[in-house]
Amino acid sequence: MEEFTIQPPRTNYLNAEYGIKSWLLTKDHKRIGILYMGAISFFFLIGSLYAMAIRLELLTPQGDLTQSSTYNKMFTQHGIIMVFFFLIPSIPATLGNFLVPMMIGAKDLAFPRINLLSWYIYMLGGIITIYALLAGGVDTGWTFYTPYSTTFSNSYVLATGLGIFINGFSSILTGLNFIVTIHTMRAPGMTWYRLPLFIWSHYATSLIMILGTPVIAITVLLLAFERLAKIGIFDPALGGDPVLFQHLFWFYSHPAVYIMVLPGMGVVSELIANFSRKNIFGYKFVAFSSLAIAVFGFLVWGHHLFVASQSVYAGMIFSFLSFAVAIPSAIKVFNWTATLYKASISYDTPMLYALGFIGLFTIGGMTGLFLAALATDVHLSDTYFVIAHFHYIMVGGTLLAYLGGLHYWWPKVSGRMYPEGWGRFSALVVFIGFNLTFSPQFVLGYMGMPRRYHTYPVEEVSWQVLHVLSTAGASILGIGLLIPLIYLAWSLRYGRLAEANPWQLPGLEWQTASPPPTENFIETPIVREEAYEFAPPETKEVVGKFEREKPFPFYG
Amino acid sequence: MAEGLATTEHEPHAHPALQHHFENMEQQREAGTLGMWVFLVTEIMFFGGMFLAYTLYRYKYPDAFAVASNHLDWKLGGVNTLVLIVSSFTMAMAVFSTQIGKRRNTIIFLVLTLVLGLAFLGIKAVEWNTKYHDHLIPGQLIPGNPFNPAVAQHGDTDPHKFHLPEGVSVRHVEMFYWIYFIMTGMHALHMIIGAGILIVILIMAWRGKFSPEYHAPVEIFGLYWHFVDIIWIFLFPLLYLLGRHLEGH
Repeated sequence: MEEFTIQPPRTNYLNAEYGIKSWLLTKDHKRIGILYMGAISFFFLIGSLYAMAIRLELLTPQGDLTQSSTYNKMFTQHGIIMVFFFLIPSIPATLGNFLVPMMIGAKDLAFPRINLLSWYIYMLGGIITIYALLAGGVDTGWTFYTPYSTTFSNSYVLATGLGIFINGFSSILTGLNFIVTIHTMRAPGMTWYRLPLFIWSHYATSLIMILGTPVIAITVLLLAFERLAKIGIFDPALGGDPVLFQHLFWFYSHPAVYIMVLPGMGVVSELIANFSRKNIFGYKFVAFSSLAIAVFGFLVWGHHLFVASQSVYAGMIFSFLSFAVAIPSAIKVFNWTATLYKASISYDTPMLYALGFIGLFTIGGMTGLFLAALATDVHLSDTYFVIAHFHYIMVGGTLLAYLGGLHYWWPKVSGRMYPEGWGRFSALVVFIGFNLTFSPQFVLGYMGMPRRYHTYPVEEVSWQVLHVLSTAGASILGIGLLIPLIYLAWSLRYGRLAEANPWQLPGLEWQTASPPPTENFIETPIVREEAYEFAPPETKEVVGKFEREKPFPFYG
Repeated sequence: MAEGLATTEHEPHAHPALQHHFENMEQQREAGTLGMWVFLVTEIMFFGGMFLAYTLYRYKYPDAFAVASNHLDWKLGGVNTLVLIVSSFTMAMAVFSTQIGKRRNTIIFLVLTLVLGLAFLGIKAVEWNTKYHDHLIPGQLIPGNPFNPAVAQHGDTDPHKFHLPEGVSVRHVEMFYWIYFIMTGMHALHMIIGAGILIVILIMAWRGKFSPEYHAPVEIFGLYWHFVDIIWIFLFPLLYLLGRHLEGH
């Protein structure tokens, strides 16, 4: 290991240029990552405010806060903003943009201008969507099911659809950029099997982005044509088929869940291996399970149509395939657990988030099996059980991994350390708040509370108790999310200066200064080691030799 | 992509078109080519949604589709297919001429490609115009609402337009026409974008930007152009030719 000293002030990507123009016209992937981070945090804030309003409404059985029509708009907008403008872009667009080139030893993404363009497209889509909210909102649910969205809803479906359509291109361009970068711009010696697992997961995510997003684009476009001109695409009165919309929509939107959670898994793989100071157990299995999830993700959309006119045989096949997704997911969880076994674990903030992720993802995954099974799904479909399940996967997975990754790479991004004690505290608050919010909803859903309702029977006292617990949890979660916002902002000015490698880790991104110079590395690095190489120097491999003897992993 | 300049990072004799974040021209060309291929994959998925709708409704309403399809002018469609295939050939020749450094030939072949592309769009416009005059535009908001059975009964549209067999609804004929307009419309939009890029490439070729060492933009644009042709190669038989043998019903 090299000597680590605090670097004297020097040129880095943050101070290389000054002024608002240098940011808005930048082609540096790190700056674009930060632009995304700001925008995404803004959308997350708006989405969270809607979430709080929903929880407040459900405190009491009567609809005493809002009317049902307003409530429909609230949950729709919560869903649209959170899914399309926070969860899907969160990790790839911020951490991915920042880290993919650094982790493979490249100077930038393959297409820096397209990268900047993707941020502008994201902002344009976001502004149009926000306009639709301010102008009157949408009440279709984030799924835009036809024929309600095309024929009956009077709200701003077109404007919202346009926003999402435009935003999709940002996702496509990001995925395209990642794939090309990972294929063509790896540093000398960075073979495929030496790639950090973060890269593998982003590669798999990008595959879903480029294969799935165009389908939602054409779906939204057809929706717009149908709504504008009533040409009979989805309208049964004109010979169209509303279920066609559901097929097209879920062909993207189910894989989209993996766009959200796969990058999170990549972050968690990094955190688990690095904070255990151990090579990850079964590197290739973890890497290929990402690809397997990406492939399986495209084969399971039909489980959203179990109760939507699908034949029982199609249902059986989709049920089987949905169960099959559990295999690569479980491979990851087991391999993380095996990595932790007899490791020298440091419980720093990022690691706490990673461990929290494993817990929440496991609960979310196990409850997914209830919904993948045809018979139980008929009972649980469109209840709060579903809400709880997908929040555990999408929010518990993505949000915790995003926060963990944000803390882990914060010294690299900002050049400053955050206060560790506050970090651990907030991680704990987030975990407790999250579980208190969503675990009562499993019970609620099982008892029959339907989703999208803003009232429930007064005589169901236990429902109210559970809703009150859930709202209390949401408040705790909200506080847990505000704390990092405050101390991370504080650390930008007052935080201790970060070393180049504050965690003392082998990854390429830690081998350059914090914050890094504009072109990431002073000299192009040459990779001579496997990923997560914590073995003592004398057992390290000879340059150019790909396989080497390793002690049995459990004793390693 | 072409305006990027080499920074001091690169060797002083590096090609002026080499961008700062690439190690060498080979890497830059590889990245560009792969980028275009990946983009074309997204395009396949984009058109895939429309092909799915086509398949579904053709399966549901085969007779209506055959009737509607027979109303398209297969001769114009066929000429257009020929025009596009020849334009693909001239595009390939343009790429080849750039690779061997024949600037004059490159320009000639690029101009030919552009002319053929515009010819395609012109013929397409004639076809669309005919459909407009025949009141075959789908949609209830279109003035005259030609596919509404109630309106059709009042003799607002030409009764001899379709010889609808028993059980075929004019609504299902409308179904064919929205697919026709959206798919050919999306294809034409790609042609228009392609023609725009082609003009930029042409100007670059005119200014002598390309050489045997640097010809990636022409090559990569060629991929796009061939892709748009291939989409048409699928559209033509699906929209114009299937069910042609049922003519005269």
